[in-house]
Amino acid sequence: MTTSQYSVSRSSNAARMATVFGVIALIILIAAPYWAGRADMRLMSELFLYLALASLWNLMAGYAGLVSVGQQAYVGFGGYMLFAATIFLGLHPMAAVAAAALLGALIAVPVALLIFRLRGAYFAIGTWVMAEVFRLSFSQISALGGGSGTSLPVGIVRSIAASRQSREAISYWLALGAAIIVVLAVYLFLRSRRGLALTAIRDNELAAQSLGIDIWRTKFLVYIVTAALTAMTGALIFLQKLRISPDAAFSVNDWTAFVIFIVVIGGIGTVEGPIIGTLIFFALRETLADLGTIYLMVLGAVAIIVMLKAPKGLWGLIRDRFDLQLFPLGYRVKKDDKEGT
Amino acid sequence: MSAEAEMILQLENVQKAFGAVVVADALSYEVQKGEALGVIGPNGAGKTSMFNLITGTLRPDSGRVLYDGNDVTQQSAARRSQSGMARSFQVPQPFSGMTVFENAMVAATQSAGLRGRSAEETCLEVIEQTELMSKANTLAGKLTLLDRKRLELTRALCARPQLLLLDEIAGGLTEAECAALVKTIKNIHASGVSIIWIEHVVHALLAVVDRLIVIDFGKKIAEGEPHAIMQTPEVQEIYLGIEVDA
Repeated sequence: MTTSQYSVSRSSNAARMATVFGVIALIILIAAPYWAGRADMRLMSELFLYLALASLWNLMAGYAGLVSVGQQAYVGFGGYMLFAATIFLGLHPMAAVAAAALLGALIAVPVALLIFRLRGAYFAIGTWVMAEVFRLSFSQISALGGGSGTSLPVGIVRSIAASRQSREAISYWLALGAAIIVVLAVYLFLRSRRGLALTAIRDNELAAQSLGIDIWRTKFLVYIVTAALTAMTGALIFLQKLRISPDAAFSVNDWTAFVIFIVVIGGIGTVEGPIIGTLIFFALRETLADLGTIYLMVLGAVAIIVMLKAPKGLWGLIRDRFDLQLFPLGYRVKKDDKEGT
Repeated sequence: MSAEAEMILQLENVQKAFGAVVVADALSYEVQKGEALGVIGPNGAGKTSMFNLITGTLRPDSGRVLYDGNDVTQQSAARRSQSGMARSFQVPQPFSGMTVFENAMVAATQSAGLRGRSAEETCLEVIEQTELMSKANTLAGKLTLLDRKRLELTRALCARPQLLLLDEIAGGLTEAECAALVKTIKNIHASGVSIIWIEHVVHALLAVVDRLIVIDFGKKIAEGEPHAIMQTPEVQEIYLGIEVDA
């Protein structure tokens, strides 16, 4: 057969190099409690959790075309589930984080059925309204402090670990673990058969449905999985903060606007984009935060410049110039020199 | 019942209008298994809308679409694709951010339901057949119009169809390319695939199809043996009008 002189590869030299560097970087990061200071670890934890949120929003908006501005609904929901499950049910905080993910998926089902009736800008507004409904609902629950919020009781905090030092280490590892789980899950999903369908939907819905892809079901699945992992991340965020209130939990600025900024400047619709975007966001924040409101103006300006000059984000620029993929999702056809194996 | 089993597709009084514009007017016809049916008609006659009605991207106001003996009128486009319908779009609809090979893989995995190596092998074979191998790793968004049309055919074939719907794929080809295309489609037809082919390049169409129907204003105005149909006065009249556009 003539086609035997061609073979299909799903990796590349750049990706193999990236894997090696990635593993080395991970080992260094896992060892952080032994070399980094408390402030550095807190900052890195926050960075990892933002990376998780950004990767999830990117999967949903960049691939499934579900531009939600209401993901704070699931961040806050996850946070509140952590507090409710530990305080009322006496669950161990780790188990509560897992429960938050599960409950996030459950609550997302009726929400999806409702807002999936809306399209485009109406969908975006619908997600925001849902998030406000969540915020107002949780501010009614007086057992969780109502509008002013509540703190995680000392006993529950102690149940994570006895000493503050090991608590901080565990909390750091949890954040790192969440980022790894989310980025790997997004990557493996996009490489799979369903991921191919989702990428097709990203590019052309008409052709996608004409080639056997159930668009509604694929988007629904993505929305539910995203909600679950966003709720898990939310639980971890408030496990770090140890205090929750409706305004902090359902902040559109903190959990959606910054996340969109990260994804847009990094490169929407790519796995690498959110990683680069998170690094840039934190670099800007750490260098400019002292300037107060000017910091937000700089963020806005950066976002506008990137959107105008590099609509595919910084990773889009790099990829187009060097044909680089650190997380190879696609297929490369190669002509074999000799008989193929 | 036994007669129905012989039919891959039956349209029964299919009606569809957008406001005052009627795109399908009491449209009824049948396609036998293994048959190649040609469709001609002036621009705006409702030919592409007919494909949308058959494949399910458009729902009729009334009437029924039967595929392989089953009523699929209410079935989604995705479902129909999975059960063996594949089409090429007149205005190419590539997955622009994916390579030619990945475009093909979407069809092989999602529509034909193939997995792993067998999906990859199928795509390589079809891409070689449609002469896109040199561009297998090119992003579909960077292809020329001609190659985008080739990609439409490639994807449709990777879906391993039982019923192949081709919407004006010969337009703009050179004589040699057109001859190659006709040969490709003849091969597909010979392998037992039923074909409906909308085409303005009539000599290419006549080289392949067993039967011809003529559509105008959403109505079937003639049907029969291709060469005989081409000689009828109505077709001659309409056809002179087409030639200017084609």
